[in-house]
Amino acid sequence: MIKIFVPRDMLSIALGADDVAAAIAQEADAQKISVQIIRNSSRGMAWLEPLVEVETAQGRIGYGGVKLVDVHALFAAKFYEGGKHDLGQGLVEEIPFLKNQERVTFARAGITDPVSLSDYLAHGGFEGLKKALAMSGADIVKEVMDSGLRGRGGAGFPTGIKWKTVNEATAEQKYVCCNADEGDSGTFADRMIMEGDPFLLIEGMAIAGLAGGATKGYIYCRSEYPYAISALKEAIAIATTASWLGQNIQGTDKSFTLEVRRGAGAYICGEETAMLESLEGKRGMVRAKPPIPALYGLFGKPTIINNVLSFCAAPFIIAKGWKAYADYGMGRSRGTMPFQLGGNLERGGIVEKAFGVTLRELVEGFGGGPYMGKPLRAVQLGGPLGAYVGADQLDLKMDYEGLASAGAMLGHGGIVVFDTSVDMAQQARFAMEFCAIESCGKCTPCRIGSTRGVEVIDKIVAGQDRASNVALLEDLCQTMIDGSLCAMGGLTPNPVLSAVRNFPEDFGIGPKMMAAE
Amino acid sequence: MPKKHSLIQFSTPLAGPIAEICLKHGNKPDALLEILHDVQEFHGHVPEEVLPVIANALNLSRAEVYGVATFYHDYHLKPTGRHVIKICRAEACQSAGGYQVIAALETALNIKLGETTADGNVTLEAVYCLGLCPMGPAALVDGKPKAAIKPSSVASLIQELA
Repeated sequence: MIKIFVPRDMLSIALGADDVAAAIAQEADAQKISVQIIRNSSRGMAWLEPLVEVETAQGRIGYGGVKLVDVHALFAAKFYEGGKHDLGQGLVEEIPFLKNQERVTFARAGITDPVSLSDYLAHGGFEGLKKALAMSGADIVKEVMDSGLRGRGGAGFPTGIKWKTVNEATAEQKYVCCNADEGDSGTFADRMIMEGDPFLLIEGMAIAGLAGGATKGYIYCRSEYPYAISALKEAIAIATTASWLGQNIQGTDKSFTLEVRRGAGAYICGEETAMLESLEGKRGMVRAKPPIPALYGLFGKPTIINNVLSFCAAPFIIAKGWKAYADYGMGRSRGTMPFQLGGNLERGGIVEKAFGVTLRELVEGFGGGPYMGKPLRAVQLGGPLGAYVGADQLDLKMDYEGLASAGAMLGHGGIVVFDTSVDMAQQARFAMEFCAIESCGKCTPCRIGSTRGVEVIDKIVAGQDRASNVALLEDLCQTMIDGSLCAMGGLTPNPVLSAVRNFPEDFGIGPKMMAAE
Repeated sequence: MPKKHSLIQFSTPLAGPIAEICLKHGNKPDALLEILHDVQEFHGHVPEEVLPVIANALNLSRAEVYGVATFYHDYHLKPTGRHVIKICRAEACQSAGGYQVIAALETALNIKLGETTADGNVTLEAVYCLGLCPMGPAALVDGKPKAAIKPSSVASLIQELA
């Protein structure tokens, strides 16, 4: 029996993977070749999707960008024996994009069948939870604290401190909530891990439950990710049947149940307090902090809230020990980060590296630069609330502090590349417009400021009284930074002001017109 | 087990099925988003006449249910076209020529974003990131993902919906 792998993640399906899988099955049947088609997930090499892999004695051999029309020729080339074909990529693990990564969170992605429990167990799955079941909550917290893990959702808050706060709180019910409302443009690591290794998130959340003394968990997943939602639901059912979730996990006295909830297309629900409101069935209106969610979270109870990637780092930390994780990275940014290369790039996808890799290594080395022949002009780091940096800033080191000192932020690790066709005034305008569309409306600087921001940028671009309108834009941005209730209004000035400062020519203004800093 | 509420009589023929959907979710107020999703999948949109039915089942005010139904972009209070194209307007797709694809769609369908064709066949909506960012521009066509869309492929994409 020949094993053929055809990915089942949303991007591969968008590029025709379902049709390719069906055609391979049909052709194999017609030619009486005995094959087993495994719907793995993506390896994270987006430009090669759908990447069809064949298991051979030497290892798995890949064929990239397979379309329906290629299937016949692939059979003619005996691809099922690893035969030569124009789409051939050789041994998949030897592809430099993959080989040069440090995969911790994404270690299993694309290798296993995402909803096969036996695959998960055979590749080190549930080792962390097994250990955690024998540990006290405080010991789990200490391990995570010592690992230096910081929130991967964007704010970079130490995960261990959140867990400790919930561990030390007393309440008859505590919760674990996973923020899977990955709305930032240019980010897709949460989607890929939920589709590609859903048991990992389940394991990470169960460990968090044990750490905090919470017995109930929710995954709040955006509705734009239907394949992630179905993979999670399937995996939760399997894990529950196999006693990795539910009452008395693996015969211990520990319990943890998990439920998936769909978002409904509101970007603001990626803000943790808006997410809590939404999980309670309400409008996604941001709550004022304090009280912090760790003490007064879901239904007013102590709640651990983390991003998908933060939870997904926990199983490794517990299984291999805090030091194994902390050995990756630099300074106060420990561990690895699954960076997401998107936009105008030759080779986009997931690049998991230790913190400290440079932006140049990512966008030029891994990404290969823009694909349409024009040079790189701008890179937006960390989603729609992140700054735009120019081609002269590619030597920035990718870690929390390094980026902050350059006025940028890591956010959720999204990197979107633009070539010289970009109009940065339009990008700044879009940032304000997006804020106006997605603002929850609770605080004035965000609700009104964003609309005023669009108008002021329009005036600047139209050449109306540029100097005073630029000053007005700066003033407006400062008001949004100082007066907004959450990061939506508070960070929207990042892309706006960085666009003005780094690309003033697009606004028709000379650098001198900028207010003195 | 939660009980069906029967204090109020609703004139809408949807009252029965909607109450069933609420009951399936245990008539829990925190399941309101899931209930609205299910209602929309069942009926195509969430007509205003069903909001009091949901409010009654979950023991919420009509204003609370209306507030939620109108806050989230996913829910349609008015019928959409038979087909819905959700095209990404966010940055990563912009950098890969997203605006040109949107313009091509608007021209081919003779509508703007947020509108439905006169024959009621296609609704064109903006969406902000589908997480297919390395291979944009991306869209959801009747819930099915499409990536690497080019202005030149818009015609065949629409033809499939004819």
